[in-house]
Amino acid sequence: MPLGHYLVLSGLLFAIGTAGVFLRRNLITLLLSVEIMLNAVNLAFVAFGRVQGTVDGQIITFFVMTVAAAEAAVGLALVIALFRHRESLNPEAFTSLKW
Amino acid sequence: MATDALLFYSFAAVTVIGSLMVVTQKNPVYSVLSLIASFFGLAGLYVVLEAPFVAVAQIIIYAGAIMVLFLFTVMLLNAPREDAAEWDRSHPLYRPMAVRIGAALAVLLALELGWALSRATDLGGAVNAVENPTISSVTLLGEVLFTRYMFAFEVTSILIIAAMVGAVVLARKREE
Repeated sequence: MPLGHYLVLSGLLFAIGTAGVFLRRNLITLLLSVEIMLNAVNLAFVAFGRVQGTVDGQIITFFVMTVAAAEAAVGLALVIALFRHRESLNPEAFTSLKW
Repeated sequence: MATDALLFYSFAAVTVIGSLMVVTQKNPVYSVLSLIASFFGLAGLYVVLEAPFVAVAQIIIYAGAIMVLFLFTVMLLNAPREDAAEWDRSHPLYRPMAVRIGAALAVLLALELGWALSRATDLGGAVNAVENPTISSVTLLGEVLFTRYMFAFEVTSILIIAAMVGAVVLARKREE
């Protein structure tokens, strides 16, 4: 398969993730869309690494996965804390700095 | 190679359809489950790209650990749908116009990506043109990770400890 196909797929996934962040009004779906974007970038890294014939692309993927795990843990903890305050997952519900 | 193309297109279809369902589903539980399906498609693509260890890590870490965390949170919060409260409908960002601007921005990004890809050269070459029999070897992966990327690896451990402490502190119930 040509490299271009992988890059087009990666770009498509990234656009889907961006659309999710822009269009959805649910904190959990927002975090899921960010995960889609991270995975799109992972795919591009692995495809570039394969073209170069080195393992560096795969190694960067591991670091991205670690960061994604940390981001998910902290993000979900924030979501739980916010939900305790407002009983809502809609980001528009959290417009004030203090309540 | 015909099998190569067939594998790529079927895995790509699974990935894209799964991701689209994540964005379009109303119920967060279904979103999480579709994302798991999408990750299995990505793992297949990694196998096609001769990165079996990344594929396994994708399934064990992403589909196995991170998505279970998401699913656990969704069910802990009793999966509230996207609507309910009054401020949802009264807020200006919820009006159709704002949603349309968001959609326009996403389409713009897709167009820009397509334009950049169409301008790029050297994308027609096969992805596995460079022959390297050791690229899928876990031994080599470990060697490079623990020599050239040693510092980044150690810094990652600090990041994980910070995330762990942060998550515990944030989600803890406050006594007042």
